[in-house]
Amino acid sequence: MSTTTAADTHAEHHDHPAGFSRWLLTTNHKDIGNMYLIFAFVMLMVGGAMILTVRAELFTPGLQIVKPELFNQLITLHGLIMVFGAAMPAATGLANWMLPMVIGAPDMALPRLNNWSFWILPPAAVMLVTPFVLGLAGIGTGGADTGWTMYAPLSVQTGWGMDFTIFAVHMLGMSSILASINVIVTILNMRAPGMTMFKMPLFAWAFLLTAFLLIFIMPVLAGGVTMLLMDRHFETNFFNAAGGGDPVLWQHIFWFMGHPEVYVLLLPIAGVIPHVISAFARKPSFGYTAQVWSMIAIAALSIVVWAHHMFTSGMSTGAQLYFMYSTMLISLPLAVLFYCWIATFWRGSISLETPMLFALGFIVFFGWGGLTGLVLADAAADAQYHNAYFLVAHFHYALYPTTVMGAMAGVYYWLPKWTGHMYDERLGKLHFILVAIGMNLTFLPQFLLGLAGMPRRIPDYALQFADLNMASSIGAFILGISHLLFIYVVIKCVRGGQKAEARAWEGADGLEWTVPSPAPYHTFETQPVVK
Amino acid sequence: MSRFRRAFAAGSLALLGLVGSAQAEIRWTFPDPATPLAADTLHVHNLFMTIAGTIFILVFALIMYSVMVHRKSKGYKAATFTAPRTAKQVALTLLPFAGLLYIDYVVFGIPAYHAVLSYEDSKTNAEMVVKVTGSQWKWLYEYPAEDIKFVSLLTTPKEQIHNQAPKGEHYLLEVDNPLVLPVGKKIRFITTSTDVIHSWWVPAFGVKRDAIPGFLREFWATIEKPGIYRGQCAELCGKDHGFMPVVVQAVSQPEFDKWVADKKAAVVAAAASADKEWTKDELMAKGKDVYEKVCAACHQTNGQGLPPAFPALAGSAIVKGPFVDNDGRLVKDGHLDRVLNGKTGTAMQAFRESLSDAELAAVVTYERNSFGNTVGDFVQPSTVKKLR
Ligand code: HEC
Ligand SMILES: [Cu+2]
Repeated sequence: MSTTTAADTHAEHHDHPAGFSRWLLTTNHKDIGNMYLIFAFVMLMVGGAMILTVRAELFTPGLQIVKPELFNQLITLHGLIMVFGAAMPAATGLANWMLPMVIGAPDMALPRLNNWSFWILPPAAVMLVTPFVLGLAGIGTGGADTGWTMYAPLSVQTGWGMDFTIFAVHMLGMSSILASINVIVTILNMRAPGMTMFKMPLFAWAFLLTAFLLIFIMPVLAGGVTMLLMDRHFETNFFNAAGGGDPVLWQHIFWFMGHPEVYVLLLPIAGVIPHVISAFARKPSFGYTAQVWSMIAIAALSIVVWAHHMFTSGMSTGAQLYFMYSTMLISLPLAVLFYCWIATFWRGSISLETPMLFALGFIVFFGWGGLTGLVLADAAADAQYHNAYFLVAHFHYALYPTTVMGAMAGVYYWLPKWTGHMYDERLGKLHFILVAIGMNLTFLPQFLLGLAGMPRRIPDYALQFADLNMASSIGAFILGISHLLFIYVVIKCVRGGQKAEARAWEGADGLEWTVPSPAPYHTFETQPVVK
Repeated sequence: MSRFRRAFAAGSLALLGLVGSAQAEIRWTFPDPATPLAADTLHVHNLFMTIAGTIFILVFALIMYSVMVHRKSKGYKAATFTAPRTAKQVALTLLPFAGLLYIDYVVFGIPAYHAVLSYEDSKTNAEMVVKVTGSQWKWLYEYPAEDIKFVSLLTTPKEQIHNQAPKGEHYLLEVDNPLVLPVGKKIRFITTSTDVIHSWWVPAFGVKRDAIPGFLREFWATIEKPGIYRGQCAELCGKDHGFMPVVVQAVSQPEFDKWVADKKAAVVAAAASADKEWTKDELMAKGKDVYEKVCAACHQTNGQGLPPAFPALAGSAIVKGPFVDNDGRLVKDGHLDRVLNGKTGTAMQAFRESLSDAELAAVVTYERNSFGNTVGDFVQPSTVKKLR
């Protein structure tokens, strides 16, 4: 292997298995990155199809397409699949592809582990959806139907779809912990000579912090679901008051994972965005150090605010005040990030290629998601917003612009580096327009539905909610279509198109742009030196 | 490029049009508040939306300005700054953050502090107590001091839900027995649950509190205007989570007193009925009524259940087996025991609190002699009274 040069393409590579075993056995970060990204996209389509079924049911009042039992399974699997199957693997895919390249390393530090972290995912996904599919065929109790939050005692009471979900969560957690170990080891040990921590690209910082967060929270969730399993089958009473337990304990465990999870989804994108904006504004990132410290602060704070998800479950006044004020504090480092992003393109020389459009879309819409979060932090007012559609709208404004639009910004930005071709710019822009319209049409009405008093997770609703639900459903289908267009753009780009230069974007900066496009199978076998 | 801009403009217009056309029925904020807490929340909400909206528009304008003016296609040359340099610039940079902290901790923080204290103070000067128990999928209301309790169930007919009949005005937000409360009194609510977590929510009251099995939680409301207020369960609680509305009827004190007197008379009558000897027909008729209201959600009207989640009662060994042994004691895991005490860890809840002796006797009798079950025996309310 050491005899191959960076110019070799994989086709000429000598000890390379072909066919399926190539993908099964690969330890190459680019192969694994591809698999993560494809897996994430497939899951996005699966989770998306589920929620489109839900939106179709909610198009008009009355029960049309799905029964309430099935409805509950659909919303549950939509949540779990989007978070654990689509958003997190998409970020890991980006990390796999780009992390070695931006820090000047030949590959991830632990390639075999890397292969494992990926290959745990597909079986986990199968585990998650199998009871659902069997249920559709009339076998068994169906998939988990408790909402992705799996609140006890509902999750103790429900059928064996829950047991499958518990094992799936174990496997997904294992996968992210392994991937996180790899990210940390890679960043700490494999940076190019001269690249000190504070010269490291923001992208690397973001993933380093994400990895630490994941290692911190996933074991807690794993412990939680194991307790659930024990309550279900081994007569323990962790969550059963009659046996000395407490159902609210589950909520604490879940949200101890669940709140930082939001930042696990955000931070990687906060690492992508500065690179994209700086490239298309042709101006270096503003406030590098401030951004690093803000990300550190966000990661740290995210661990200590979890119970703001539980204000209505009843807790002491002191606890409410603490969780309210600590939550408000997160707005500070987030505002610093926004400030730096905007200051990066302010007085730049801006051009609006697709990655830039998605990055700006992320800033604007995520901004609104963040602002609405502030009012949810008010423990007293929260009673009105919580578990109403207002909350659904808020967290979709926080998550959709991040995990989808932000990730798209990254994908379009690096697509030329991955494929060696420029994508179709007009179609890319059309994609952005569809997403921008679809996302606002889907989620803006949901704010109003929440204010009007519509609770979340109901399969049918009172007549005064009809118009807004219809608008929201139309928006959701536009979003669905936008993703089909995206597949087409990517396939077209892989197949051909204008040849991409090594530095595909005029303003792009960073080590990844010093290697040819497409990036050779092995990059940086001789380490670059950073001054 | 301009083509895309046009497409984008057209899209936004379509969006605005859609929102606009629906505007007639859309409320842009919470329902009119009926309690001091709701009025507080509405105020905070409006204040917040104004501030957040202003910040959003200002920042959005800034972004749009930059995107339009600092444009490569217009020959704008990029600056190179990456941090504030002069002391003045540093101060200007810090200013928005100081503003943010001021908004967080002063503009919102201080009123929120008082709101939380007020929300949690359900005891001071409370004039009456109502206990709210969530139960799959209905609400149980109890007035401990008045010794009244009853179940409140959705009344929207199945045909409306399945689109076989036109939907009524209060589709899904109507119940058989609303919670009747006097206006102008501070009411302390205690919540709990018999099975999973539910959440009691009436938007016009500005309160939402979870009902947690095995624990008591509380909140309060002083309703200021008579009227009918509607809400829903707000925590996913299984199959019919979308079908357990809350309806509160707020009335004047004299009307409330009259309602209490009527209810009490009914309780006395029910207690008396437990002691009288019932005929089988009476039991079967009442049993059918109770079954269809309370049990059919899970076991289905025809007794076939929805296996495997909810077992069929038709042909069930438990239903067909004995419910008392030869010494007249309750058979453990027998029919009556299952209905009285439920089965922990499953959706089969204990009905000993929510149903009266007569209702329990009737529904058990009905199950033993319906859906093709022909056990033939029947249960007297007096037996239930003795065995519970
Ligand atoms: C929320 C759903 C639900 C409701 C409402 C409900 N049940 Fe059940 N019921 C169940 C479940 C689930 C079981 C199975 C428990 C188990 O696993 O043994 C069950 C079991 C039973 C059984 C034992 C049947 C057998 O063969 O195991 C009887 C009898 C019964 N229910 C009677 C009633 C009566 C009477 C009512 C109304 C007063 C009622 N149930 C209301 C869910 C429900
Ligand atoms: Cu409920």
